[in-house]
Amino acid sequence: MTAKAPPAHHDPAEAIDPILKRMFSFPRRHFLSAADLNAPQATDLLDLADAFVAFNRQTSKSLDILKGRTLMNLFFENSTRTQSSFEIAGKRLGADVVNMSPRTSSITKGETLIDTAVTLNAMRPDLLVVRHASSGAASLLSQKVSGSVINAGDGQHEHPTQAVLDALSIRRAFGRVSGLTVAICGDVLHSRVARSNVSLLHTLGASVRLVGPPTLMPAQAERWGVTVHHDMKAGIAGADVVMMLRLQLERMQGAFVPSTREYFRFYGLDREKLAKAAPKAKVMHPGPMNRGVEIDSDVADDPEISLIQDQVEMGVAARMAVLASLAHRLEEHGQ
Amino acid sequence: MNTPQPLALINARLVDPESGYDGPGGVIVSEGVISDVAKGREFGKLSKNVRVVDCGGAMLAPGLIDLRVKTGEPGAETKETLASAAKAAAAGGVTSFVVQPDTDPAVDDPSVVDFILRRSRDIDAARILCAGAATKGLRGEQMAEIGLMREAGCVYVTDADRPIVDSKVMQRILTYARGFDTLLAHRPMDPWLAKGGAATGGEFAGRMGLPSISPMAERIMLERDIALLEATGGRLLVDQITSAGALETLARAKSKGLRIHASVSINHLSFNELDIGDYRTFAKVTPPLRGEDDRQALIEALADGLIDIVVSAHAPAPAEDKRLPYDEAAPGAVGLETLLPALLSLYHDERVPLIDLIRAVTLAPAALIGLRSGRIAPGAPADLVLCDLDAPVIINADKLLSKSKNSPFDGRRLQGHVLMTIVDGRVVHRAEG
Repeated sequence: MTAKAPPAHHDPAEAIDPILKRMFSFPRRHFLSAADLNAPQATDLLDLADAFVAFNRQTSKSLDILKGRTLMNLFFENSTRTQSSFEIAGKRLGADVVNMSPRTSSITKGETLIDTAVTLNAMRPDLLVVRHASSGAASLLSQKVSGSVINAGDGQHEHPTQAVLDALSIRRAFGRVSGLTVAICGDVLHSRVARSNVSLLHTLGASVRLVGPPTLMPAQAERWGVTVHHDMKAGIAGADVVMMLRLQLERMQGAFVPSTREYFRFYGLDREKLAKAAPKAKVMHPGPMNRGVEIDSDVADDPEISLIQDQVEMGVAARMAVLASLAHRLEEHGQ
Repeated sequence: MNTPQPLALINARLVDPESGYDGPGGVIVSEGVISDVAKGREFGKLSKNVRVVDCGGAMLAPGLIDLRVKTGEPGAETKETLASAAKAAAAGGVTSFVVQPDTDPAVDDPSVVDFILRRSRDIDAARILCAGAATKGLRGEQMAEIGLMREAGCVYVTDADRPIVDSKVMQRILTYARGFDTLLAHRPMDPWLAKGGAATGGEFAGRMGLPSISPMAERIMLERDIALLEATGGRLLVDQITSAGALETLARAKSKGLRIHASVSINHLSFNELDIGDYRTFAKVTPPLRGEDDRQALIEALADGLIDIVVSAHAPAPAEDKRLPYDEAAPGAVGLETLLPALLSLYHDERVPLIDLIRAVTLAPAALIGLRSGRIAPGAPADLVLCDLDAPVIINADKLLSKSKNSPFDGRRLQGHVLMTIVDGRVVHRAEG
């Protein structure tokens, strides 16, 4: 769908204008949870992200909104995709971007997370993007640094920028989020993507269903304001969006589900199951996909129904919006 | 050592769980024992060398006996030493406490018991007693020298936080310990259900994305322990019961007349899982904090006597072990200094009568391990606490005397201020001002 690129000679100034017009100050110093945003704030953020989408489709993609700012990517867990997305977003906004992978560098030898935070804070990053395997790690770090912390995934807790980019993808495909039915399917138990999405989709007025085997469903998930389904066909019946989650390979070998093929039979998305969804339903996946485990390639690669490539594109725009609005807030507070 | 001057503590609210007395009175202490007790009357003319303390209506009770305390000695003295724990105990009105065997080296040998007791002899602030390991190295495999450790002076055996998973080993220990009439304290927790968990399974842990443990882990192993106890005889202390489900199991065992007792920690009486809030690791304890329904069930079980004793579960952890992401942080909370005021909340809230609360931290633990203290009677050891029940206090973790300051009570407003603590007839703590 990115095939219809805009003309290359487009005047960059014209694209910057809508960005500046929609610029706003992020409501908090840090972005740790999708629940940090209320409905008008989330809408403002999506509007700004929309402007960045248009801008990103030009040939000249550099801005100076973050000129002089340092963006530090601090990934305790490897993630090529999210890390590059933040890196590109930061660079396009004119920030100096530094990537730290504490697992492979010497910075965390025997150091606690707090020590690392204090050390890095002394280097004065303005924006600190953090991914860590423990739930609550981003929140802990945010208590010790002077810049803004962006949670890029903390354990099984939250991944709020993923929720923003997913909401942006949905809104662009349907023109709205409110009133839609979104079925989130798969390993909900271990998924930070699911938790952030439930929160933001509710804020934006969508109704959410969670679909998966009982072993991969959090205890009392029905109290999250969602409906819980263990039968996938019933769970996605009439849904406007089917959002698949990644199943970690180590969770398949008999621990949570008996086998890959059994999982695919009952919870993998193929045409047959998708036929139960609404006629113009869209399919999403946060990536990376396990083809043939949670999703059939036939579905994943069909541009008519799959938003998966859009999600990657929206990821950069959504993160630009988050970074720009956080920096705007820092500026307002004289930082 | 000089014999301290005899003391007359008069004009007190005397609370003695042994006689069930809660009323005005006083106590005379000389040569380390209680020499006279006045209940609802005044002492006659006192001899001149007696120092008189007017208690001004404050509660005078037996000093607290805490059966579950960890220090870092030997092996991790930066966390806490026997001496620093004793100071904290004195400030909290705890006059005797039992240290756990999970030190480095472990207390799984009579020589280590001897080491602890020798070190304790030089410490005046509190009486320090010692629990021995039930299995060598607390590994749950080979029985420790229970008889020799008893002879060396350990008061009960336990593998502390580690459940004895192998049922055969558990069966043998219950059987063997019977020969020495030794109490086994055991923490029931199914290791497979509990593996990797940091919070209680349920809505809260699910939302927070915390790896969780089903409270069923406790009940399942308790059911096993009770079956083994039934078959073997022996005496079992269920260490830190936490869940409503396990309480039902306990009640059944007690109604059968088994020699089974249970403790609850002050943390599980005072907090529920929501106190974890935004990943507050100071509220990370083991077993993890439960839901409010469980907490209410624990309070009821304490009130009706199903739960025998309350422990501080004092577990010092320095900031560097606590200021970590939640699942990596060390569990445990210090509690010696906050045990009494926190417990008194249940009295102020009219949940449990004062005398029953005091029994659970004095006479009841004394009876479990065969101490003569825990009561106010002529001839009993002069271990006493004087406490202003109504005085408001705000807990300030930085001001705690423990070497580690990991208190979940930090900032809490409680009522109950320890004015004076007496051990062996000597004043070991006196409130400032």
